[in-house]
Amino acid sequence: MSKNKEEYTWKELEIGTIFTEPGNTAEYKTGDWRSQAPTYNFDRCIKCGVCQLYCPEGCIEQDEDGYFTANLYWCKGCGICARECPTGVITMEEETE
Amino acid sequence: MGEKVGIEASIAIAEAAGLANPDVIAAYPITPQTHIVEHLAEMVANGEVDAEYIPVESEHSAMSACLGASAVGARTFTATAGQGLELMHEVLYIVSSMQLPVVMAVANRALSAPINVWGDHSDLMAVRDTGWIQIVVENGQEAVDNVLCAFCIAEDHRVLLPVMIHLDGFHMTHVIEPIIIPDREEVQKFVPPNNYPLPLDPGRPVTMGGVGPPTIYPEVKKYQDVHLRSTKGVILEHWDRFARAFGRQYNPVECYRTEDAKVLIMMMGSMGETAMNAVDNLRNEGISAGLLKLRLWRPFPFEELQEAVGGADLLVVVDRAISFGGPAGPFCSEVKSALYNLEKRPKVTGFVAGLGGRDIPVVGFETMVCQGMEIAEKGGGEILETYGVRE
Amino acid sequence: MQNYTVYVPRLAPKKEPFAPGHRACVGCGEALAVRLACKAFPPNTIVASATGCMEVISSQYPMTAWRVPWIHALFENAAAVASGVESALKAMTRKGLRPADGTKVVAMGGDGGTSDIGLQALSGAMERGHDFLYMCFDNEAYMNTGIQRSSATPFGAATTTSPAGSHSIGQRTWKKNMAAIAAAHDIPYVATASHGYPHDLMAKIAKGIAVPGPAYVHILSVCPTGWRSAPDLSVRLSRLAVETGVFPLYEIENGKYKMNLELKKLRPLQDYLRLQGRFRHLSEGTIMEIQERVIKEYERIKEKAR
Repeated sequence: MSKNKEEYTWKELEIGTIFTEPGNTAEYKTGDWRSQAPTYNFDRCIKCGVCQLYCPEGCIEQDEDGYFTANLYWCKGCGICARECPTGVITMEEETE
Repeated sequence: MGEKVGIEASIAIAEAAGLANPDVIAAYPITPQTHIVEHLAEMVANGEVDAEYIPVESEHSAMSACLGASAVGARTFTATAGQGLELMHEVLYIVSSMQLPVVMAVANRALSAPINVWGDHSDLMAVRDTGWIQIVVENGQEAVDNVLCAFCIAEDHRVLLPVMIHLDGFHMTHVIEPIIIPDREEVQKFVPPNNYPLPLDPGRPVTMGGVGPPTIYPEVKKYQDVHLRSTKGVILEHWDRFARAFGRQYNPVECYRTEDAKVLIMMMGSMGETAMNAVDNLRNEGISAGLLKLRLWRPFPFEELQEAVGGADLLVVVDRAISFGGPAGPFCSEVKSALYNLEKRPKVTGFVAGLGGRDIPVVGFETMVCQGMEIAEKGGGEILETYGVRE
Repeated sequence: MQNYTVYVPRLAPKKEPFAPGHRACVGCGEALAVRLACKAFPPNTIVASATGCMEVISSQYPMTAWRVPWIHALFENAAAVASGVESALKAMTRKGLRPADGTKVVAMGGDGGTSDIGLQALSGAMERGHDFLYMCFDNEAYMNTGIQRSSATPFGAATTTSPAGSHSIGQRTWKKNMAAIAAAHDIPYVATASHGYPHDLMAKIAKGIAVPGPAYVHILSVCPTGWRSAPDLSVRLSRLAVETGVFPLYEIENGKYKMNLELKKLRPLQDYLRLQGRFRHLSEGTIMEIQERVIKEYERIKEKAR
């Protein structure tokens, strides 16, 4: 578990402090940064995938029915997906804790 | 068995590096190292050495390219001097902290200003803390032998640290000496293939050189220090292995007529050979003198130095570098520090001599010993004594 | 990619070599650009990165966003490190020390690490003809250290070291033309790209990697933090930069210029500037000055492509 690595003693470090778990930022919950979150009106969705293409986090996933939603574990709420969606499916709404 | 030939030390070093079968050589020319990189280029050009020779556009890029190459698992070699070593300064820390086994020959040269291309140890002293294993040699044979050992040491899985071989610019690089160059089969038997454990490899992606915030940085640095110190054993092991294979033994501190000496003179580099004559002369005059030559600079050989100093009353340390406004010459400061906690320790005096390539004659060392003895007896003397500077 | 108004996301590679959970700002255009570029990598690719936003947000101990082998050394030596990586791959493959798996080398840096402090290493690597792609992610200032100007900062932009004030209009010099500098090294492939045209960007990255020898792709990357723009406008702004002629999309193949998107009429510059706080201090006069120069530079590229 990466969490433990922050507690490593000097004896437990990897040689050259090399990071050996590719892509383990996926454990980091950037979703906590959000102040607004995407909401969806899938009636309008044409499943084009533009939102997924333009997400800086790469957190938009396609479900079995083909609809795209942001994975809220990572979504920072930038609103690019809402802005770029050609059919206006996505609306950004203030998130209340 | 290799044959003994009359050869310029620079060429011999290039030959040795070539025999070790490097994969990548990144080279930028600077006096007085040019013959090393030129000869390496020649060996690659005529097919004697199968390596990628990168004629980089600066020393900073030379070490950076070596870094990248070593990270992929290539056997990597470069050479530099003086200003070049300074220009690549920040990269040196990266290479050692990342534990990449680069091997580099440094033709020690004075630092500007004024610009001076001749040999002294200012560049050597400037890189003390960079985390590299550092070996100082005193003649062409030692340079050849230690370049070969350097690859073994650096790439050893118990080490995985870069190694610098320091040799005096001009005093060594441009001198023709009788040197035995081992032959290819002997070298292949002695130097195992490089097998870096965590290279950059698409089959097993790693991230090298990430951010180390305050939460982890001190642990990394402590590890580096402990690790560097621990490599002494491996260095000695490879030196012993070399002695068994080639008949020449290297030690962290080389002693000459020190067994019963009351006054010792200590130094690094080619001046050690000259000083041997001075010790002989002093002995003939009835002075119980001995010579210590430091071979292993980093990790510093505390035990060997403490033992070599034995029962001497006075140790005169000759620095070929200066530390402006500092406590003494840099080498002298380190030696004093290394001996400080001993129950019984000699008095230590230091002299700075031979800066900018100025010759130190045999009589110079004799004078330094005698002057040192006078200072030890009567006191006085400057914080930083110099020899041979016109007053 | 002929038609720039149609986006076919399902044709984009699905892989994500740049993982989520990285620490880029909300709405970071540069992170999007990196994510897209990585999708265009062949299966075996090694990345050498300079210090900068993308390095810092992707590699905080003990986490890395990189699912490909990645090395960061210093600010100014990405191209030199890449040279070493490329040479090592070449030598080791030739000597049978590693498999001939066609591993490619990509170097990346920001505008600071490319056109300022990294220019020497880049020039050397291009001159020596190493087989690698250099990607410059240009957010037009030293953003990671707090929005200081670089030689890629556009004329009139306010940064912390080129602030607007009674005695200053902001950046006083025109953006350094890195594509021309790269082309002057006689390398086989140079291109400009924008993350507002993702298929074009990915195609250029793939092309740059595939072409033997050095390749250079300059990618305009919108930075809402430094440009003082709304985070949700990052993609829109990257398109406006192209549509107003501020950042033309073109390729230079073996010295021959080719416009990728030749606009009959450029959109008014103000459409682009008014969405960014870094330009809000500009007088109408200065804006006109910039507008004229933008048109002039655009025509210059068009002329070269004729």
